[in-house]
Amino acid sequence: MSAAGITAPFVRRRRPAAVRRRQFLVAVANHAFLIAAAIAFLAPIGFMALTALMTSDQALSSHLWPHPFRWHNFVDVFTTAPIWRWTLNTLQYSVLATIGVLVSSIPVAYALARLRWRGRNVAFMIVLIALMLPPQVSVVPLYVMWAKLHLVGTLWPVIIPNWLGDAFSIFLLRQFFLTIPEEYLDAARVDGCGELRILFTVVTRLAKPAIAAVALFSFLYTFNDFFLPLLYTGENEHNWVLQIGLSEFRSLHQVQWNLTMAATLLVMAPVIVIFFLAQKAFVEGVTLTGVKG
Amino acid sequence: MVPLERRRARRRAEWRRRRLVLLLMSPWLVGFSLFFGYPLVMSAYLSLNHYDLLSPPRWIGLANYRYLFGEDAQVGPAIKNTLWMIAVLVPLQVLFALGVALMLARARQGIGFFRTVFYLPALTPPVAATLGFVYILNPVTGPVNNILKHIGINGPLWFQDPAWAKPSLVLLGLWGVGNTMVIFLAAVLDVPTHLYESAELDGANWLQRLRWVTLPTISPVILFAVILGVIQGLQYFTQAYVAGNIASGQASQAGDVSSVGFGYPEDSTLFYPVLLYQHGFSDFQMGYASAMAMLLLAVSFAVTLVIVLNSRRWVHHAAGALK
Repeated sequence: MSAAGITAPFVRRRRPAAVRRRQFLVAVANHAFLIAAAIAFLAPIGFMALTALMTSDQALSSHLWPHPFRWHNFVDVFTTAPIWRWTLNTLQYSVLATIGVLVSSIPVAYALARLRWRGRNVAFMIVLIALMLPPQVSVVPLYVMWAKLHLVGTLWPVIIPNWLGDAFSIFLLRQFFLTIPEEYLDAARVDGCGELRILFTVVTRLAKPAIAAVALFSFLYTFNDFFLPLLYTGENEHNWVLQIGLSEFRSLHQVQWNLTMAATLLVMAPVIVIFFLAQKAFVEGVTLTGVKG
Repeated sequence: MVPLERRRARRRAEWRRRRLVLLLMSPWLVGFSLFFGYPLVMSAYLSLNHYDLLSPPRWIGLANYRYLFGEDAQVGPAIKNTLWMIAVLVPLQVLFALGVALMLARARQGIGFFRTVFYLPALTPPVAATLGFVYILNPVTGPVNNILKHIGINGPLWFQDPAWAKPSLVLLGLWGVGNTMVIFLAAVLDVPTHLYESAELDGANWLQRLRWVTLPTISPVILFAVILGVIQGLQYFTQAYVAGNIASGQASQAGDVSSVGFGYPEDSTLFYPVLLYQHGFSDFQMGYASAMAMLLLAVSFAVTLVIVLNSRRWVHHAAGALK
């Protein structure tokens, strides 16, 4: 008490005008750097947008600003390439995989976080190891397996594994389940709830932010995924997802840069929209993976 | 009789409990054995065979490994490129993310706006981001070289130049640093203020507070970012594949469209996972690709282990910070 009473005015007195001016300058420099960095981060998207609105001739010139703004490019993209089919394929992958991740990972995470059993720590270690290993390590035998099942060329090889637990989601959910106070669960147990009912009512309701984050990450990951869809559907144009289509877009019919950039922005748009709709869940989820890891 | 009955009841409860755990864990058990255990064993087996998917595997012993370590002229560059990428990109990403996070934490105003701006690029699909960068860094018509020309600088050939292709990918990697930045920012904001206050009372300036308070407190988070960066570096594929593909198509616009630009230009973006993909799924040398996968497995495992074991020396463990 007395220490605080003495130091507070003491500290205030020690900051004369010169120091305050220096602090102000530091703040300005700080913000100036942040603003410069922000411009650098926004510039690529800005350039893409400007190019997407140019005519094809202009996109090959050294002009940076579209002369007539050609909004029609965004319509032309759809007639140039089967964007709708790619979108439907992408949605099939993302939606089915996300549902699968939730259905299969929540029970596993609960068993790892809240039930006591022998081998639990070993199981969790294996989840962590699975999280760290590159997918390339297991890809060859899996490709052979799906080829023998005649499913190469379809999206099932990338969807089905998600219905059998996803290491990252299990990890994230477990971290969150650990933070739920035991009293809530005990209260439900006293009321005669079985463990399964506790999981499906109490826990899922309390863990809504974490479940939302897992669903978002899973949807985004599958929406952005390129390696696995390329591996399994690369040879079958009919089942291409947006990312494969986009990577082949320019070579499809020697398409110009302006249309390519319009297509690129269209593929980015859903992600950006989802981010603004669910910003809080995103930041909370990212923080959950990092800080409590 | 009573204790026996009680014991039986307890055993029944125990059994019910075990059944519940088994039920809850079953998706992972099946998934783990099918998509993790089985492929690892099978990879080891296939790596000792010649296998092209059409005819049955033919046992050739260690021939794949001999070729991998001795004769394959592309493995050397691929490993060197991968190590280069990890050694350059990971430290730059950590430093840059930390710098931005520290400044954001000091700024107090507009945190939300800046955080959104820095985080958004990290969300954009890698294919789209790569396409955008290949266009923006296009040597002749791209905006960056156009602007450089206006101020009298002859821009490099970026993705068309073996010396500049990897640095271009580094720029792309720095653009996507938002994830790390958000994690760092949360950690910096989480540092207990009483630590700063006591450091200030001891007369520590801004730099000393950073060195002795902020960095030690957030060191577990930095370790997490480094591990993640190295692991992502070991599986670096999409950006390199797309950039090589697009940039090479651009160079030979009139000629052959069919050639996939693995590692274009001149193997400068040929990373280990790209080479693995080329051998396994472009040439269908499944046995050899499995041998490559086994090497990748050993390296990722060793790297993770080394980082985690050495971390005790420099990571500060606050009560339960890294559980």
